[in-house]
Amino acid sequence: MLGRPLLYTAYRQEAQMLPTWTQKVVFALFVVVLFLLPFDLPIISHIPVVRFLGDSDWLLIMARMLVFAIAALGLNLLSGVGGQVSLGHAFFMGVGACAAVYLGGTSGETTWGHSLPIWIWLPGAGIAAALVGVAVSPVAVRLRGLYLAIVTLGLVFLGIHFGNTSWGRKIAGAPGLGREFPELDVRLWKEEKPLLNVSDDGHWLWFDVTDLQKRYLFLLVLTIVFAVVAKNLTRTRTGRALQAIRDRDIAAEVMGVAEFRYKLIAFAVSSFFAGVSGALFAALLQRLLANEFNLFLSVEFIAILLIGGAGTTAGPLIGSFFVVMVPEFVKAFTAWLEDAEGGVAGLVSRVVLTEGGDFGLINTAIQTPGWTLSVDAWNIVLFGALIVVFLIAEPLGIFGIWVRIRNYWKRWPFSY
Amino acid sequence: MVALSARLQTVDVRKGAPLGFLVGALAASLIFGMVQLANDPALFFQTLMKSLGLGSVYALIALGFVLIFKATQTVNFAQGALAATGALFVAFLVQERSVFSEGQSFVERDGHIPFTSFSNPLNGLGGPDWLYWLMSVIVAMAFAAVVGLIVERLAIRPMIGEPLFSVAVITLGLEIMFRVFNNDAVVIELRPVGVPWSVDGFTVGGAFINWSFVAAMVAATIAFVAVYFFYRSRLGIAMRAVAFDQEAAMAQGISVGRVFAIAWAAGAILAAIGGIFATQPPVAQTVSVDQETANIAFRALPAVILGGLDSVTGALLGGLIVGVAEIYAGQYAAANTSWLGAGYPLIVPYIVMMIGLLVRPYGLFGTPEIQRV
Repeated sequence: MLGRPLLYTAYRQEAQMLPTWTQKVVFALFVVVLFLLPFDLPIISHIPVVRFLGDSDWLLIMARMLVFAIAALGLNLLSGVGGQVSLGHAFFMGVGACAAVYLGGTSGETTWGHSLPIWIWLPGAGIAAALVGVAVSPVAVRLRGLYLAIVTLGLVFLGIHFGNTSWGRKIAGAPGLGREFPELDVRLWKEEKPLLNVSDDGHWLWFDVTDLQKRYLFLLVLTIVFAVVAKNLTRTRTGRALQAIRDRDIAAEVMGVAEFRYKLIAFAVSSFFAGVSGALFAALLQRLLANEFNLFLSVEFIAILLIGGAGTTAGPLIGSFFVVMVPEFVKAFTAWLEDAEGGVAGLVSRVVLTEGGDFGLINTAIQTPGWTLSVDAWNIVLFGALIVVFLIAEPLGIFGIWVRIRNYWKRWPFSY
Repeated sequence: MVALSARLQTVDVRKGAPLGFLVGALAASLIFGMVQLANDPALFFQTLMKSLGLGSVYALIALGFVLIFKATQTVNFAQGALAATGALFVAFLVQERSVFSEGQSFVERDGHIPFTSFSNPLNGLGGPDWLYWLMSVIVAMAFAAVVGLIVERLAIRPMIGEPLFSVAVITLGLEIMFRVFNNDAVVIELRPVGVPWSVDGFTVGGAFINWSFVAAMVAATIAFVAVYFFYRSRLGIAMRAVAFDQEAAMAQGISVGRVFAIAWAAGAILAAIGGIFATQPPVAQTVSVDQETANIAFRALPAVILGGLDSVTGALLGGLIVGVAEIYAGQYAAANTSWLGAGYPLIVPYIVMMIGLLVRPYGLFGTPEIQRV
């Protein structure tokens, strides 16, 4: 069996999450590396990129990547598996964050909150978002394609508007300032000493862990749980029904797939993922800002799906790594170029960077209004360009590239 | 759940309860309008002109969406960015004679923008200021068309035959890229588009009406008449043929690529005109391009969806309906809707769109998608 990975002798075997032994081993190694990444260990700290990802400033970005991955997995269920394109994912994230802060935040003169523990506010965020998803589904389920995309786009604008009304501010905080978000500490009820302390430095097993490392590990566990749930959903009845609807909705309905019901489930589940992710996103920044859940965030998730590869479970994970990390890599590279002197790097630095002059592309001065653009502005341009280039050159995303490489070596030395 | 689903699917959207609801709502708003008209005719007339002005701007932008959708079957999400770019072209062209916008004269900046040193050859020709402005607008429209052509050639043409949603997402990516450059151009000071009428207006029987309302209506009328005749020309028929069936049109010897290019050029021109009006009342008060200008497309999207993505009539009526709803809601319903927050008229278009879609999922004049089992 080991030599013939594609030989399936039972349906159960083919429907496994990780059908081949190679996949099992690689996946296990991958998870182990992710868990040990923050720590200064002999082997881990010598793997090329992984070496520096455990540093404290990169770990925060890694944590953000995990949060994005949860939302992307949710959007993948709706758009990648179910074929219902939604531009309103940021809205559902915002709903989740608001529900979480309403349940878990502190009550005050200008804010509403109930100071409930995380095991209420985190699922509560998901459930609230799912309920809103179900509430809009009478409109959404009847629409197809671009009409649906535009209606969900409208939700984003509605959400930001309501987040800035007088009652919205009581939940989401003042515009521009936001509102303090509850910690990720796990408590049984409102007691002083948490069961699981994630907000202070401490000692877990054999390791000294900082609060950031704790948060990262906490999010990693959650992300793995959500990834398993998402993967499981795609290979069960619901997932197959959604794929049938994606491929040809009328044919699916003729075959007896209840289109309305399964679309409703897809909306609810995808919104649940988004809600949880939105709450975690705000918890990670320790601040909730209504205006952050805007169209750009929605587009970011569409980009994650398309760049990673829609319809697969690995796709959103790769995509969120790519979309979250590439701008940071560009920033780090620019910072490195700035310090470079002499040699090729120095020459490149002289050509590409500028401090407010007309020559050069990237402005490294601290305040950079106008031409030339700063690194952050170039990163946004790069983001837009990546969407365009990926869609034109490789519509299946990075996962598609991987499949092509894999198939090439599988058939080698034959071309087909 | 199943019962609900069965019910939702058996309701014929064209008759029965939804239509009754629509007629009822229409009658209620007519009665409301009559009462307001009797109460304060001047205010009512002023509001009407304002709403028709806004509706015309929406209709202009919506027409650009529809033109591109009819040819390429996809929504151009970059329309707003194209609008801001077109308006910026006008601003750069008129900057040498900023006589129209007093107190907002163009300030020379550090010379990092390539366009600051741009000298408009039209300025050397002399002539009255309004003619100079008009010529600048026409030149800017030509520039916008070129931008549309370049975008189409580089990003849209390679996608012929690909899933429509991919093309729509490409335009989203373009919008993000364009927005960075547009915002960069307006980040320090406003860019006056130098309209001759600025924010001035005239008074008729106690109603103050901005010139920009009238100008928007005139521009929209010209655009719709032009499109009406364009669709009857040889090229327009080719475009409609491509919209009807791309493959069949190709088989008849119609160059689909050229139709795409022309649709994008026309869409970009309409966006540029819409962009100029997006800086004026009733949309904004600045008379200059700023970071908000590009949002006009997202404000006009409900009009397109309400009217139907592939209908020119729908664009006109959708724009007017949404414009009327937005302005009248802001004028008359503000006292009872404080819980909706300040600036709630901005979300009225989206609410109107959602109600409209519940009744007609393909918009008022859109063609329902017929699928074969």
